[in-house]
Amino acid sequence: MIWFFLPVLIALSALAFFGGRGLASRRALASATKAHSRPSQHGFYALIWVGVPAMVVLLAAAIFSGPIEQSVMQAGAPDAVAQLEPFRRDAFFNDARLVGAGQSPHQVWPQDLAEPLAREARRYADLSRLLSLGGIVGALVAAVLGGLFVYTRISPTLRARNRVEGWIGGVLFTCSVVAVLTTLGIVFSLLWDSLRFFQTVPIAEFLFGTQWSPQIAIRADQVGSTGAFGAVPLFAGTFLIMLIAMCVAAPVGLFSAIYLSEYASRTSRAVFKPILEILAGVPTVVYGFFAALTVGPAFREAFNGLGALMVGGPLDGLGQYLMLVQNQMALVAGAVMGIMLIPFVSSLSDDIINAVPQSLRDGSYAMGATKSETVKRVLLPAALPGIAGALLLAMSRAIGETMIVTMAAGLAANLTLNPLDTVTTVTVQIVTLLTGDQEFDSPKTLAAFGLGLTLFLVTLLLNIVAQRIVQKYREQYD
Amino acid sequence: MTEAAPDMSAAPIKGRTDRLQAGLKARYARERRFKLYGVMAIAVAVGFLLLLLGRIIEQGHTAFYAHELTVPVYMDPARIDRAYPQGTNFQLLVAEQQLARFGITDDAQGTQATAMRTLLSSELKFRAAAMIRENPALIGQTVSVTAPVSDEADLYYKGEITADTPAAQRRFSDQQMVWLDRLKSEGAVRSQFNSALFQNGDSTEPEQAGVLGAVVGSALMLLVTALIAIPIGVGAAVYLEEFSPRNRITDLIEVNINNLAAVPSIVYGLLGVALFINWMNLPRSSPLVGGLVLALMALPTIIIATRSSLKAVPPSIREAALAMGASKTQTVFQHVLPLAMPGVMTGTIISMAHALGETAPLLLIGMVSFVPGIPGGLTEPTGALPSLVYIWENASERAFHERTAAAIMVLLAFMIVMNAAAILLRRRFERRW
Repeated sequence: MIWFFLPVLIALSALAFFGGRGLASRRALASATKAHSRPSQHGFYALIWVGVPAMVVLLAAAIFSGPIEQSVMQAGAPDAVAQLEPFRRDAFFNDARLVGAGQSPHQVWPQDLAEPLAREARRYADLSRLLSLGGIVGALVAAVLGGLFVYTRISPTLRARNRVEGWIGGVLFTCSVVAVLTTLGIVFSLLWDSLRFFQTVPIAEFLFGTQWSPQIAIRADQVGSTGAFGAVPLFAGTFLIMLIAMCVAAPVGLFSAIYLSEYASRTSRAVFKPILEILAGVPTVVYGFFAALTVGPAFREAFNGLGALMVGGPLDGLGQYLMLVQNQMALVAGAVMGIMLIPFVSSLSDDIINAVPQSLRDGSYAMGATKSETVKRVLLPAALPGIAGALLLAMSRAIGETMIVTMAAGLAANLTLNPLDTVTTVTVQIVTLLTGDQEFDSPKTLAAFGLGLTLFLVTLLLNIVAQRIVQKYREQYD
Repeated sequence: MTEAAPDMSAAPIKGRTDRLQAGLKARYARERRFKLYGVMAIAVAVGFLLLLLGRIIEQGHTAFYAHELTVPVYMDPARIDRAYPQGTNFQLLVAEQQLARFGITDDAQGTQATAMRTLLSSELKFRAAAMIRENPALIGQTVSVTAPVSDEADLYYKGEITADTPAAQRRFSDQQMVWLDRLKSEGAVRSQFNSALFQNGDSTEPEQAGVLGAVVGSALMLLVTALIAIPIGVGAAVYLEEFSPRNRITDLIEVNINNLAAVPSIVYGLLGVALFINWMNLPRSSPLVGGLVLALMALPTIIIATRSSLKAVPPSIREAALAMGASKTQTVFQHVLPLAMPGVMTGTIISMAHALGETAPLLLIGMVSFVPGIPGGLTEPTGALPSLVYIWENASERAFHERTAAAIMVLLAFMIVMNAAAILLRRRFERRW
């Protein structure tokens, strides 16, 4: 709600700009000396001094009000609440905040907690009102102070242009730092929650355990499900689907790149390249829909039919098995994912093949080689490192792809390499763990961050290696 | 000796040319085969695209029309509460009146009436109640009310459920089909453009579910994404391309951006959960959080596209401006950036189109939950088009299948418009130096 002040801030900044500009030209006229900077540069100078401090205050208030609220609330919590287990306590405060904001709580609390809930909700409402009011007043004070400062500074001798340009440089630099901050944000948020996860589940058990069933008891005294977090079946499933996808994408993508760059006429290239780009632009959820409702049933029927033919023959066992194949199999998700990756492999390989100098082709043709021989014996060996890099990038894509596998691969964590079986992947499990009934901070949701960290590290490694290879290869022919 | 020499060498040459001739055939065959592989690869890609689009249109086109039933309803004063008309079970009322008209007597439990009732949409109730509320004088009269038929009845009229459908796959008795046929032959049923699909938010009833809520949600989200990602992305690119000194830090930033572009989208979802929802306490499943996550995701692509179009502006422009006494900042913002703008816009629009279709991070920040109605603000829970596709695909009602495909068509239409705009922009304004 603190953001409702933003339009006011923008208006103030605009006022500062026009005021500063007018002031600068008036003072320049009055002093009859040649001004160092143009009036509008003075205007920007005023804008910066009014807008930036206020914005900083507002941002700080927005970012830190959440944590401050939390710590104040937890410090003053009644005993009945302080005695709850951590998960329940966090859920309690979460609901108190919701009630305080005028929404309905996520869960129904027992009688002895309902009354504290209402009280805490009021405290929350008061506190957050106080905090946002403080933020707004602070921002106003900052803007006024900045304005006064500028008012005393503006004069024909002020080097407003240099100051403003210095600020612009700083802002642009900050923009490029956002990218770095994003990376840091990813690493820290994944690491933070993963470390908490690894406190309950040893890292060795996570990486090498072969049992995955994250249904964990919410209360400690609950019987039965203890939850098992051995991620090997997920890694195996991810690997299997990635392998199937690459079996489709690598040959098809590579051959279409070769065809487009070496054989296709100008016109057919102009037709087929955009078609591949369309294929690349189709959202993955659409591929998932197609895999789940078209490819899956079609494959199942094909295999069931094949099985029916085999039953009773020498391959009876296999036939019986094929009759029972289900819609959700690794092969379906892998094949559709492979199709999705075709344009990716193709456009990268196309670039790489085109980067091979024409002189190598000419040399080969001059020796009497046919086109295919040139491709096979000259271009491909020359482009091999680049193509390897492209394939590695495609693999990293396949590992991180979520929607197709979520919709078509299934949830059963089977440790198998059979493409007709249902398998599950790292990404599918992240989605299932975080979209089920929400109980933040339980090992179940934290496990998603452990999986996310693994995924991030593996894809990062693949990307770095691939980019190195591609870079080296480019330099070779530059 | 001298005479024999040509003979002796002629034989091996002849042998070699024979061998070459024979080999040539094999080599040409290999050449043709190789080319064929290439053609096949292209055919696979094109064929798959056609299959994909064909299947979606085939499955989805039926969702664009729906069947409406117009029946005379006797507004029974004994059944309707004047003060609270929406409390009346109009579906049952209509069902009983229709049964009476068909001359069927019901048993004590009202089984027949219940069976008839399931053929009507609950939209009938809302419309009838609205009519009463507007004009209470209608009570006691016979009024003709138009409302969609239920999703299953609609599927029957569309021919997707028939008498031949195995009993396990239809929730339909043969008798209900007879009733539906009779209603249709009486001319009470009309096939109409399915305006609910474009005017409503999500609903648990397929015949009332629409994409508008998700479209608005996606639009709000893209607005946030654009407002954040475009200024920051362009600023970062301008800094890296025009201002930055070549040193370790800028190298690090560059490597970093290239890697960010390849981070799986679901990881951005995890970041969103940890940073925006758990730490900053921003509201779950709101367009604000969705937009922020998508902005972080779109950032590297925008930076890369902007840099390449800045690179394409020839140095002579910069030198000319500098020679006229412009400062570095003036050169960049008054000359280089405006010239690079078409390329920047193109890259930006394409990355926005990508963001529009992105699903995985949205699932993690809570956009899988059912959100009825149309979102009103940036912090309210909302759906998005791609997550709607996911939700509907998982729905058990059969009528959601065609609507899923229809939602995909709407999504693809938006993406096509955006990409076409990008292409037009490129055609119209691109300059070759």
